[in-house]
Amino acid sequence: MTTTKQDDSTPLPEGTPVPGAPGVLGAVDAPISEDLLDDIPVVDEEEERLYVASQWQLMWWKFRRHKLALIGAAILAVLYTIAIFAEFVAPYDPSAFFVRYKMAPPTRIHIFHEGQLRAPFVYHQVRDRDPDTLRDIYTVDRSITYPVNFFVRGVPYKFWGLVDTDIHLFGLTVDKDEQAVFLLGADRMGRDLFTRICYGARISLSIGLIGVFLSLIFGVTLGGISGYYGGRVDTVIQRVIEFIQTIPSIPLWMALSAGLPADWPVVRLYFGITIILSLIGWTGMARVVRGRFLQLREEDFVLAARLNGSSEIRIILRHMAPSFFSHIIASLTIAIPATILGETGLSFIGLGLRAPAISWGVLLQEAQNVRSLAFAPWVFAPAVAVVLTVFAFNFLGDGLRDAADPYAR
Amino acid sequence: MAKYILRRVLLMIPTLIVISMISFAVIQLPPGDYLTSYVASLRQMGDDVDETELEMLRQRYGLGQPTYVQYYKWVSGIILRGDWGQSMEWRKPVKDLIWERMALTVFLSSVSIMISWFVAIPIGVYSATHQYSPPDYVFSGMSFVGAGMPGFMLALVVMWIAMRRFGLNVGGLFSPEYITAPWSVDKFVDLLKHIWIPVIIIALGSTAGSIRTTRANVLDELSKPYVETARAKGLKERKLTWKYPVRVAMNPFFSTVGWTLASLISGATLVDVVLSLQTTGPMMLRALTSQDMYLAGSFLLLLSSLTVIGTLISDVLLAWVDPRIRLEG
Repeated sequence: MTTTKQDDSTPLPEGTPVPGAPGVLGAVDAPISEDLLDDIPVVDEEEERLYVASQWQLMWWKFRRHKLALIGAAILAVLYTIAIFAEFVAPYDPSAFFVRYKMAPPTRIHIFHEGQLRAPFVYHQVRDRDPDTLRDIYTVDRSITYPVNFFVRGVPYKFWGLVDTDIHLFGLTVDKDEQAVFLLGADRMGRDLFTRICYGARISLSIGLIGVFLSLIFGVTLGGISGYYGGRVDTVIQRVIEFIQTIPSIPLWMALSAGLPADWPVVRLYFGITIILSLIGWTGMARVVRGRFLQLREEDFVLAARLNGSSEIRIILRHMAPSFFSHIIASLTIAIPATILGETGLSFIGLGLRAPAISWGVLLQEAQNVRSLAFAPWVFAPAVAVVLTVFAFNFLGDGLRDAADPYAR
Repeated sequence: MAKYILRRVLLMIPTLIVISMISFAVIQLPPGDYLTSYVASLRQMGDDVDETELEMLRQRYGLGQPTYVQYYKWVSGIILRGDWGQSMEWRKPVKDLIWERMALTVFLSSVSIMISWFVAIPIGVYSATHQYSPPDYVFSGMSFVGAGMPGFMLALVVMWIAMRRFGLNVGGLFSPEYITAPWSVDKFVDLLKHIWIPVIIIALGSTAGSIRTTRANVLDELSKPYVETARAKGLKERKLTWKYPVRVAMNPFFSTVGWTLASLISGATLVDVVLSLQTTGPMMLRALTSQDMYLAGSFLLLLSSLTVIGTLISDVLLAWVDPRIRLEG
């Protein structure tokens, strides 16, 4: 079995020993000499399956073995689903504030009432004022209960700007002035943190994808040129990459994003920040692509294509690209957390996105003050979301990187 | 050796020139020229602006002249006179503000990098020599978590715990009475008392990365024939590991010190802001938000130069340790 990579997803063709059942082999007589028969390796069924599997199948089998990567993929699937269906998952309007719930702690959802099992419900929350500190304190009145229902009617919204509806995944049937359900508590203005995290996921999770997509374009183009042509071009591009990697990224990001005009609308600011983040992020990608190009350039199938008169662009796209595609996906996945953290960090210190935009970094600004963090630890929830995402991507990327080279044992 | 060092120093010069251009571009980013905003802020504070002083400043920084003239005046001011420009917010020359902050950043970064190596190398070697043992799994798991955990969030958690459990405010590098005090032995001792929390937080990420690198490198070396030979000749396992494979495995480690330093300083910037340390990060952030651009640009220039110089030092050390590198050409 050679370790040459196939250039597409068809099963391994010629050169692959295709073992038949021993009985069939024995039946063939004349053209095959005795010693040649001995050379045919006896392969059991398990191994045979490996030989005829396509490259993508091999990758999937290898990926499946990496349990943490599967968990990471599952977490990300949930998070991205929440981001896509934010209006539906979130019970309230992200910018609506309820004075009655300033810094309210997370609403506990109970299933036992006076020792009896019931459908999920919440107790009535009563606001009081601490006479000494004048701080709002919240207690529950255990005599009044409100059931938590699924698919309840709540704040009307236009789903993806297309369908008018007011169905939410869960919520209370009573008016929010009477009682509200805040899964992760409320912020200083009495806004539901869970709702805001759902909406924040849209910006925070998409900025990683778009930023990495931009890095991909820069990285593949420059890394490809660098690795394919080599020589002087390669030297120049490598120097540029080394140079960019020696600049501490966060101070540079800070300086560049501070230069974005303060009166820019949210969308433009979002793209401005994304471009700034990917200006540095492409270097890692370029290195991976260049390394693969340098390696593949020497492969026999590239030489064969060249001798057959294929054009450069055809050699790159048809013959070389499929074999490093998997590696690119793996390094893309590893690059996403850096972009997400970049946005979070910048917004956190006030140089990235600004309110009214909602991103996890913007939400974390609440946690900047240690004292508010000490009294309302739930404002730290967006950070948990960020860390969860980062770890999920790291695990997934780790699994993909292992799977990207399915021939390595 | 001297030739190699000279070559590396010469190679550093174009890098520094590009860095200075980027920093200058950052200074130029906000709309309007610096002097106009300077005058506006002075007037706002009710100060009288001296026309001759203004003319002098305009001359000194070449304001109103083409960009390349301004750039030349700015760079030559730094190189020839040590003049980094004027801070608008602090109303002081930038050079009076930056050096103490830079010194603390350098101190904090070098302590962090040393601590992270001090911890990471033995752990990495142990993990490699005891591959797939329970401690290896524990260390690998810990380094995976450490590498993924963003420093500034860890800083927030640490501050929260200190506040909640012990009622302590762990921010800052000095006790209040020492912040403005001149340097003395007492102040240094006070610094040492405060520095360990930021050091642990900053060093965590690079420690985790270093453990993984060390483990992988040592594993590569351990499977080589010379190790087997040495073992066959009866060399003690401990001596064998530390004398040959570890030394070879350290090479790629030191050659990437420039990037390690860059990512360390980068991550430290946010940690320092959260912990409000008296280092470059928080002051640069403040300069950026108040558009005090000469100050911000100087910090960018200095921090970037720092990593370039760090890379140079590591390259020279590497060449000194491993003769193959300096002979290669």
